[in-house]
Amino acid sequence: MSLVVEARHRLGDFSLEAAFTSDGGVTALFGRSGSGKTSLVRIIAGLTRPAEGRVLLDDEVLVDTARRIFVPAHRRRFGYVFQEARLFPHLTVRQNLNYGRWFSPKGARTENPDRVVDLLGIAGLLDRQPANLSGGEKQRVAIGRALLASPRLLLMDEPLAALDEERKAEILPYLERLRDEVGIPIVYVSHSVAEVARLADRVVLMADGRIEAIGAASDVLSGPRLSSAAERREAGSVLAGRVEARDAAHGLATIRLDGGATILVPGAAVSPGETVRLRIPARDVMIATVRPEGLSALNILEGAVEAIEPDGEGMASLRIACGGDVVRARITAFSVERLGLAPGLPVHAVIKTVALE
Amino acid sequence: MDWLALSNEEWTAIRLSLRVSAVAVLVSLPLGILVALALARGRFWGKSLLNGLVHLPLILPPVVTGFLLLILFGRRGPIGSVLDEWFGIVLSFRWTGAALACGVMGFPLMVRSIRLSIEAVDRKLEEAAGTLGASPPWVFLTVTLPLILPGVLAGMILAFAKAMGEFGATITFVSNIPGETQTLSAAIYTFTQVPGGDTGAMRLTLVAIAISMVALIASEALAQRLGRKVHLE
Repeated sequence: MSLVVEARHRLGDFSLEAAFTSDGGVTALFGRSGSGKTSLVRIIAGLTRPAEGRVLLDDEVLVDTARRIFVPAHRRRFGYVFQEARLFPHLTVRQNLNYGRWFSPKGARTENPDRVVDLLGIAGLLDRQPANLSGGEKQRVAIGRALLASPRLLLMDEPLAALDEERKAEILPYLERLRDEVGIPIVYVSHSVAEVARLADRVVLMADGRIEAIGAASDVLSGPRLSSAAERREAGSVLAGRVEARDAAHGLATIRLDGGATILVPGAAVSPGETVRLRIPARDVMIATVRPEGLSALNILEGAVEAIEPDGEGMASLRIACGGDVVRARITAFSVERLGLAPGLPVHAVIKTVALE
Repeated sequence: MDWLALSNEEWTAIRLSLRVSAVAVLVSLPLGILVALALARGRFWGKSLLNGLVHLPLILPPVVTGFLLLILFGRRGPIGSVLDEWFGIVLSFRWTGAALACGVMGFPLMVRSIRLSIEAVDRKLEEAAGTLGASPPWVFLTVTLPLILPGVLAGMILAFAKAMGEFGATITFVSNIPGETQTLSAAIYTFTQVPGGDTGAMRLTLVAIAISMVALIASEALAQRLGRKVHLE
């Protein structure tokens, strides 16, 4: 599967000019609100006709303004999960789920709709009316409805943004299973670093209608390009590793990072041999010039300062090379000065929290 | 209680009124939905002109509307002569003409009600249906139409009630011929014009009240049932 998107579009004062490609898996369109993510994904879906541009899926041309080609949304077979669930209020959950199935070509219909229903945990809701569902339930039904239309590509536009933290935590595992089990390429729009780090393979970073960076999730999310203050606060490192051992008594898993260092993660339900992704928020990393002692933190990595990027607001982002991995730290510019930090200086990175993705 | 028994002519007037009103509503319904869609969604030149034209019968004196219908749809009128020559349809002084007059008078009420309900439909739902593979006609049939059904029914009932009570335009266009164009209202009017017609007028008045009440109660019940089903998200 390969998706090619090129678009130029104007909406009032806002201009969008973006191009990216995807070869399957989960591609995240990431950026703060107003950066043009939704406009771009609507162009892919066929809900907006771009002033100029092309959209191709494999060899099929869906949009080519130069050749005056525009395939309308209903003939693209792209699933779309909106921010609000947009369930049909006059239909039951079951009828909502079957809606797209009815319009999809017979040969392409999902063999086993029950599997999708089970995957999303909505088997118990089938005979209810959408009005009687919670926000999280509605969104899961909306995802199921899009999947059961047997889409060739699934577009998800901030599917969790309208939900509170608890509901988000309820749906994220389903999205991960979707990614791992269904195998439909996904374009996932989000402004949340945590969501993107957890779900995406590739990240397209957008700002002001332009693409700032494209790359592997771990590179883009730890890069200095995260533009807004909020994104920087949320920034961190995404590291891959393998579970080496698990200490059941203390509930700790030992994870050997691809770069060689080991990290202890509490409360993780993983088994040895599994490959995992870790996220270390930059604001939860402290820097010490000498090895600290008498500290509750479990993970202290030795490394060297690779780069220091002050953000001009009294804070600085540090890249610490620890063996083969790079851990990002966010500390005050004052601390940088006080500790005399400079590229090449050996330091210890004290990691307060690690999240297993 | 003998005075309550309806005479044959009275029954004829009631049946005729029901038939004229039902035909007026059913025939104008598809056109009403189309015009309401155009007014609610369309962007075209002359939209306010169309809006004005649709609402004209509401503002004009009914006699004027009836007279205009007579000029246009009369046997020698520009539209009436074409209908007569090409299709053999004659409207003047026929019950079908009464249905036309009633339909025209009820049309603005019907369009208004349907238009309001179309404007209340969340277009995001239609967009979602499109992404699920439904073409625009299917989106209309499976999403828009079910969602505007309460408004459509309300419009139909309003137009029906208007048709049952229509008098001025009908009597001007198709006159007051017993058995052909003498509707309930016209019959009541005729009774009041002859000495001793009071009891007949009273009987038909009671019937008119009963029909209106039944229509009103039925519409309430329908709206409630639909309202329960079509919970807005």
